[in-house]
Amino acid sequence: MSDLALIGPILAAMFAAATPLLFAALGELVVEKSGVLNLGVEGMMLVGAVCGFAVTVQTGSPVTGFLVAAFAGAATASLFAVLTLFLLANQVATGLALTLFGVGLSALIGQGFVGIPLEGLPKLHIPGLTDLPVVGQALFGQDIMVYLAVAAVPLVHLFLYRSRAGLVLRAVGENHTAAHALGYKVLRIRFFAVLFGGAMAGLGGAFLSMDYTPMWAENMTSGRGWIALALVVFATWKPVRAMLGAWLFGGVTILQLHVQGLGIDVPSQLLSMLPYLATVLVLVLISRDVARIRLNAPACLGKLFHPDA
Amino acid sequence: MPSHAETYPPDAPPPRLELRGITKRFPGCLANDHVDLVLQPGEIHALLGENGAGKSTLVKMIYGVLHPDAGTMLWQGAETVVPDPAGARRLGIGMVFQHFSLFDTLTVTENIALGLDNAGPMDQLAGRIREVSERYGLALDPGRHVFHLSVGERQRVEIVRCLLQDPKLLIMDEPTSVLTPQEAAKLFETLRVLAAEGCTILYISHKLEEIRALCSRATVLRAGKVVGAADPRQETARSLAEMMMGAELSTPERPPQGVAGVARLTVRHLSTTSDNPFATNLKDVNFEVRGGEILGIAGVAGNGQAELMAALSGEVLLADADAVVIEGTSAGHLGPRARRTLGLAFVPEERLGRGAVPELSLSENALLSGYAREPLVRGGMVHFARARAYAETIIRGFNVVAHGHRAEARSLSGGNLQKFIIGREILQKPKLLVVGQPTWGVDAGAAAAIHKALIDLARSGAAVLVISQDLDELFVLSDRISVLFHGRLSDSRPTHETTVERIGLLMGGLFGTPPDEDGEITRAV
Repeated sequence: MSDLALIGPILAAMFAAATPLLFAALGELVVEKSGVLNLGVEGMMLVGAVCGFAVTVQTGSPVTGFLVAAFAGAATASLFAVLTLFLLANQVATGLALTLFGVGLSALIGQGFVGIPLEGLPKLHIPGLTDLPVVGQALFGQDIMVYLAVAAVPLVHLFLYRSRAGLVLRAVGENHTAAHALGYKVLRIRFFAVLFGGAMAGLGGAFLSMDYTPMWAENMTSGRGWIALALVVFATWKPVRAMLGAWLFGGVTILQLHVQGLGIDVPSQLLSMLPYLATVLVLVLISRDVARIRLNAPACLGKLFHPDA
Repeated sequence: MPSHAETYPPDAPPPRLELRGITKRFPGCLANDHVDLVLQPGEIHALLGENGAGKSTLVKMIYGVLHPDAGTMLWQGAETVVPDPAGARRLGIGMVFQHFSLFDTLTVTENIALGLDNAGPMDQLAGRIREVSERYGLALDPGRHVFHLSVGERQRVEIVRCLLQDPKLLIMDEPTSVLTPQEAAKLFETLRVLAAEGCTILYISHKLEEIRALCSRATVLRAGKVVGAADPRQETARSLAEMMMGAELSTPERPPQGVAGVARLTVRHLSTTSDNPFATNLKDVNFEVRGGEILGIAGVAGNGQAELMAALSGEVLLADADAVVIEGTSAGHLGPRARRTLGLAFVPEERLGRGAVPELSLSENALLSGYAREPLVRGGMVHFARARAYAETIIRGFNVVAHGHRAEARSLSGGNLQKFIIGREILQKPKLLVVGQPTWGVDAGAAAAIHKALIDLARSGAAVLVISQDLDELFVLSDRISVLFHGRLSDSRPTHETTVERIGLLMGGLFGTPPDEDGEITRAV
């Protein structure tokens, strides 16, 4: 049965396709939980992608590449943080500008790197387990970054809902005036949240350029930053749900590729739309439950805060 | 008048807190001008003053939210600088804010943990919360989310948070403005127990009667300066008010009600449903208001007042057009403008943002609701000269203190803006006026002026509906009183046939109706 044989690779590819989204969405989730709406995810991913790629090409060390990518994402985010938190610029406008800036900057940096191939990360191989039918490749044959992204989900969850720092962060996003009155440093907390979001977006971008499709092309994130933003809402700001959303998007992406490969007579452009359509559809369905969104959405999301009040 | 910074015998223990010459300047105003204050251990000390007298600024400096420009603070005899609220808490200073600093979507335990510097593990903290809340008679369930709690319970969260730190000084900013009389009485018991244990309580309130009942000393602020000290037990509410104002207080006389006129507002079987989990749905609300009378609706905030205001003003359209009848016309399906044309005027609870646009000038704000009934618009174009004249009429007629009609709404003090908004509505000669919280956060002088205007309007034949949490106000104003609880409205009673205690019980849910799903009724008894 060739169909059954296909399921293994599809599953395996699904987890890989979901990884950049998962990184970016988890980062943005923490940012939004602190009450900041950073629409610049796409831009930060691109900067991370090109910096990670360039450094890996130069040094030959993917570890350095990923570290630099995270740092570059955070640096891009710090621009946003300074503008919106300390200079009180509008978050929506600044976020959009950050994306445009990231697109331009990454294209500039990447000029000399177009067309250079890269090897990608080694895949895990555990004799026996990785060779299991259907799930072996998907569960035990991925590279380290895929596992790191999944491991980040419980970590972010524990941080947000079990640690004191996470409680403070949620409090700041829920009611910044009250948090300030209790003596918490609203702007400092938000600043670090935004940096974390930038670093995670940078990692997500670098996963694309260094591993998923190991090469650099302008605009290679092709809207994944926006999907990550949508996933955060879709997940009603819960890390585990964000992971499920990323898998859904990754799964549909891979499925439509295979359908295209099978030569079914549907215009390929239509099929390429499918993952985005599926995400929008689920978003709409989820958004119908107003109560759940109200209970989980950070009440101060996107609102500017000035400590002298 | 004796100097407030009394000297104390050298062998006596130092005061808990002593302020000397505290000064704080904001751009354009001197909020505190060389304020001296001495607080002794175990005393309940009232801080009095009108809005803008500088009370909030002063306590924020004690709690480390703001920092004084000049002056010194002595904590138990030693000079101290309070760098931030965490520093204040370390010293043993706790504060319960007027607008609670709580987080709706977090649990009671999480909220309390946020206010503690050594919260420890959550389950242990929950145990300590239970312990303290039982010891002081402040029933609380640590696991509940705050948005489920009544206002009184929310305040208990704040108080328990302070108590867990064994405070030596507890600052309470307008603690009873949101409580039923029974809840307030319970709070006083707790405060007296605390004071007896040696905790100093600095108590800010507009309610002079309760200060007379609770406090042993009072310091009066006016325009940022200490203007007097008193033993509230030796004063009358009137003398305290006059000390605050520096002028004589005129209380409105309520002439006997004339013959009740025709029903100008009839509400029948008004029920609402909302997607918002924080909203209270109205359940089969029925009442009418007749020309010449004032109907008061009492109730603790969050029992459906906002929803009732929205349903009456037209902000929320109703499926049943007959649920709201204005001047004989079914209006449930009509928007605000159509209802205004029928003769309705309304003053929402939030002055800034609903009652007035903060960034617009007074004449523009006058236009916003005035255009439906006053000739301020001609052929679709604004007639600015008339809008200006209208705003100036309001400013003169209602003694609004403002820099003319060009002043931005947000530049006015709460009391002056409220006078302006109420004046704007009353000058349109409405047949029916709906007012939410007319004097919330308004000082005694402005409140008296607003009360007089509302009574005069009713006596001129209009119907007036006042929705308020302030029972004293409702008893001054209303001819009849009803109570809103959990979205249900009690039958109305003539004011002279009922008492504050009875209305207080109704506000706590003792309706004689079957208990509601979460057993709120037992709580109120």
